[in-house]
Amino acid sequence: MSTALDATAARASFRMERKPKVLRLVAEGVWTTKDAASLDGQLRHIDLGDATDAEIDGSSLERIDSAGAWLLVRTKREWEQRGKRVGPIKIPPMYDTLMHAVEHEHTAPPVVIHNRHTLEAFVGRVGQSTIHGLKQGVGILGYIGRVTVEVSEAIYHPRGNLRVAALIHQIEETGINALPIVGLLSFLIGVVLAYQGADQLKRFGAEVFTINLLGVGLLREIAGLITAIIVAGRSGSAFTAQIGTMRVNEEIDAMQTIGINTVDALVLPRVIGLVIALPFLTLYADIMGMIGGAVMCYFDLGITIPVFMRQLQEAITVNTFMVGMIKAPVFAFIIALVGCFEGLQVERNAASVGKLTTRSVVESIFLVIVLDAGFSIMFSILGI
Amino acid sequence: MPGGSEKDVVIRVRGLVNGFGDQLLHDHIDLDVYRGEVLGVVGGSGTGKSVLLRSIIGLNEIRSGTIEVFGRNTDHLNETQWREIEMRWGVLFQEGALFSSQTIAENIQVPLREYTEMTQDLMNEIASMKLSMVGLPENAAPKHPSELSGGMKKRAGLARALALDPEIVFLDEPTAGLDPISANMFDELVKDLQKSLNLTVFMVTHDLDTLRATTDRIAVLVDRKVVVGTIDELRRNPHPWIQEYFSGPRGRAAA
Repeated sequence: MSTALDATAARASFRMERKPKVLRLVAEGVWTTKDAASLDGQLRHIDLGDATDAEIDGSSLERIDSAGAWLLVRTKREWEQRGKRVGPIKIPPMYDTLMHAVEHEHTAPPVVIHNRHTLEAFVGRVGQSTIHGLKQGVGILGYIGRVTVEVSEAIYHPRGNLRVAALIHQIEETGINALPIVGLLSFLIGVVLAYQGADQLKRFGAEVFTINLLGVGLLREIAGLITAIIVAGRSGSAFTAQIGTMRVNEEIDAMQTIGINTVDALVLPRVIGLVIALPFLTLYADIMGMIGGAVMCYFDLGITIPVFMRQLQEAITVNTFMVGMIKAPVFAFIIALVGCFEGLQVERNAASVGKLTTRSVVESIFLVIVLDAGFSIMFSILGI
Repeated sequence: MPGGSEKDVVIRVRGLVNGFGDQLLHDHIDLDVYRGEVLGVVGGSGTGKSVLLRSIIGLNEIRSGTIEVFGRNTDHLNETQWREIEMRWGVLFQEGALFSSQTIAENIQVPLREYTEMTQDLMNEIASMKLSMVGLPENAAPKHPSELSGGMKKRAGLARALALDPEIVFLDEPTAGLDPISANMFDELVKDLQKSLNLTVFMVTHDLDTLRATTDRIAVLVDRKVVVGTIDELRRNPHPWIQEYFSGPRGRAAA
């Protein structure tokens, strides 16, 4: 039984025998993958001298594997290229089939490994991703158009294609289940905002304006933005992952062959569900943020709740609140749309789901902030 | 080895017990794999063929029993000894399990890079040789796994499994999902490589044609036990599942 790990017993080696005009390479020991590295260097630096003929003799080899066989074959080919006459390689007969496979069935040149860390490759990648980004933009724009048409059709000409059960499920999933995290984060934002505001305004003896800062800042901008960003991370990514997984499992293909409109079945419930849920979440975030601010004002500045309410009433108008709220459905539409769009872009492999989920979150947060800036400009022009 | 005087056991399984929860999958299984043979492992769905394979290569924690590979109990090995053993076997997983972020050539070089000190030049030569051994064209080398068909992925997976010239190769359903022509070619490839590299092949398969074309012996998993024999011996086995398997319509067609 040769079960022991006996590779160290006989190391790989070779010696050169030089007769006039004839060079002889005698391989000995065990020529396997393990020792190929050390043999490789030595074999590449053999001085051929003035020999015209060469022989490769491996007949006293104990064992040889394909890496060892390749080294012999390569040496032979190299010598032939340098104009030597090389006789057939001698090896123990039990390795004839191996030698045949390596010598006669393998003629391809070595593989080429491209270095991906060069400047050239970097520039190439930048170019590629730029073009990809532009294509992506065009794709999303087209998709926005398609879904807008489908949504308005579903609303103005209901043909029973709105799936109510799915819609309610989506509202529950994206709205009600998000209440704890949205509530907690808005409360904390309210606390932080009140604290920082009070800290600065105290210097002017204008602590009471902390409440103005809270009211306007939260209702107009921050509550809506924070909620949208949380929902993009929570639900936008879920949309991509759900729809993407369905693509990988060919469920979407199955739907299409059965004749189900995938936009009706998958996209509309998510888009409409989120458009309904996000304004309510924003309202909830407004309230929680104000509570956080009020609590902080009470402990930090000693402003009681009635005083807080009176000052708040003076600070904000219905418009302030509406400006924040009107943005919510637009954010929801974009988040749901990007989530679904990226989900449908998934290719049929699992890695693609992860990649596109990341992209979906990044894109929807990006778009939400861009839209928010757009709204600000619009409102300032309108003078609201 | 066929014709060898004394049979050299490379894998010895004794009293292997595996199961999930209170459901027993393997109930004290004994199995020997001889050097240089092709052993096919068959069994109905859920009889634990892949679990048996994964137990032997150490991916599955076994409940009890011993597994010896190259005469060493795999339970008592330290890290270095495991690496020594792992160097001497190669595994082809069902879908090839190629690393998706690397090209085919780089995939084949992963074990070489991990276990040897070869120069990049030599690794490139070896990768090219392994590719032609498994019958992949040169232009497959710079491609990523996602650009290859299922059959090519399996060949590439086999090339990676063979990168270190192992003594044992484990194949998990190598012909599943291949068209009959590709499957035949794969059978021939396994047989050729087995001969030229003197491999021991442990193959989980459902494919009766593959079993007939390549295997020396077959291990059938039935009733949580294993029955081993040549295809002719198994045809005479009275167990109803084995009868159904080898003498059913598909079994007869493959004969």
